[in-house]
Amino acid sequence: MIAKRIIPCLDVKEGKVVKGTNFVGLRDLGDPVEMASSYSISGADEIIFLDISATNEGRQTMVDIVRQTAEKVFVPFTVGGGVRSIEDVNRLLKAGADKVGMNSAAVTNPGLITESSERFGAQCTVVAIDAKRFGDKWHVMTHGGSKDTGIDAIEWAKEVETRGAGEILLTSVDTDGVKNGFDIALTKAVVNTVRIPVIASGGVGKPEHFPEVFKETDVSAGLAASIFHENTFTVQEVKDACKRQGVNIREA
Amino acid sequence: MIAIVDYGMGNVASVKTAFLNLGYEVEITDSLERLKQATHIILPGVGSFKAAVEEINQRRLLEPLRELAQEKPFIGICLGMQLLFDKGYENGKSDGLGLIPGEVNKIETEYILPHIGWNQLQIENNNKPFAEFQDKHVYFVHSFQARTEQEFLVATSDYGTEIPAIVQKGHVYGMQFHPEKSGEAGIELLKVFLENTSSVRGQVK
Repeated sequence: MIAKRIIPCLDVKEGKVVKGTNFVGLRDLGDPVEMASSYSISGADEIIFLDISATNEGRQTMVDIVRQTAEKVFVPFTVGGGVRSIEDVNRLLKAGADKVGMNSAAVTNPGLITESSERFGAQCTVVAIDAKRFGDKWHVMTHGGSKDTGIDAIEWAKEVETRGAGEILLTSVDTDGVKNGFDIALTKAVVNTVRIPVIASGGVGKPEHFPEVFKETDVSAGLAASIFHENTFTVQEVKDACKRQGVNIREA
Repeated sequence: MIAIVDYGMGNVASVKTAFLNLGYEVEITDSLERLKQATHIILPGVGSFKAAVEEINQRRLLEPLRELAQEKPFIGICLGMQLLFDKGYENGKSDGLGLIPGEVNKIETEYILPHIGWNQLQIENNNKPFAEFQDKHVYFVHSFQARTEQEFLVATSDYGTEIPAIVQKGHVYGMQFHPEKSGEAGIELLKVFLENTSSVRGQVK
């Protein structure tokens, strides 16, 4: 049986891991390579770096971080944030990333998904979708969750799959930072629409929130950021909570 | 020196790092001279079967790789494992290295594809050196799988269908998952490959 994945996400700004709540209010947490390495040793099934640098220097630093991480980390890792062109995808894969995530650029230029999938494969083409509830629908949000595109998130999920995305990283803008658990309704709606793996993100406040989303939806992985970085609880405690609920996880 | 065959299909930095960490000298190369000097040949790869065969052909390495596999420990990883078989059917039919009997086809399962994630090993044929890896999780990313005879299966993985995870014929091995991305278990599996083939190791042509 394939295991449900537990993924720590590192928000990286100008070479440092930072913490944000609802995408704003940043605080320095440490060195990305060291943190990724320590998570991989302590049982993380995958690592995601989200580059939120505002400058070109920051983006270049990210490439160096990816290179160093590839030399130290023996679990897969994904890099997203600021990926605008096929050259950006190529640069990150070449530096050693296993997968590259695209978000705003995929919305403004959906051809980027197709191009990346055809050139580098579906397995390394991840599309990040930030979604926010509007009535009985969800809209795709861009620019760190602040700009409403008006695009229906479920329709968009279907389209990115058709265009060759191998995985969807789904963040609920509504639950992100709130710590009351994953957005079950949104996650279920997307998972039931597509036939590619989905990573649920946004809202974890305690270990039990992971088995909850795994029991209530067919999502492939759960992601959290600050709760791991602040040592509120560890990856192992999440896995223990999953095991208690009969969720199949990997024993590191 | 362990040689990783460089034929432009996917990033191989992590594969190199894995063997470096095990204390070996490693070189990423497409030079036949260097491959002949190597103690072990590693055939990595991510991408499509057909594109891979074309890249290998362009470098005039298809026949040399077949010959090198006769005399040196040889391991194919992910797409590299698929290339060990007779034929592949990704983007049309192409000939592989033909080192292990079998064919490579799209995975037929009711589960979602690609098969991405950590799946458990089921050790086949009571294979003793690998017995301790029963139920261990390793990291897979693929949509195509080998179909081969039972005697060549070292381990399989269940994904709604039986997926060959480790195959072996003599000192030619294949791992469908990424040992270099499978944490400690992956590194240990590479160690078993190196130990199992130690008697043929070191023959330099």
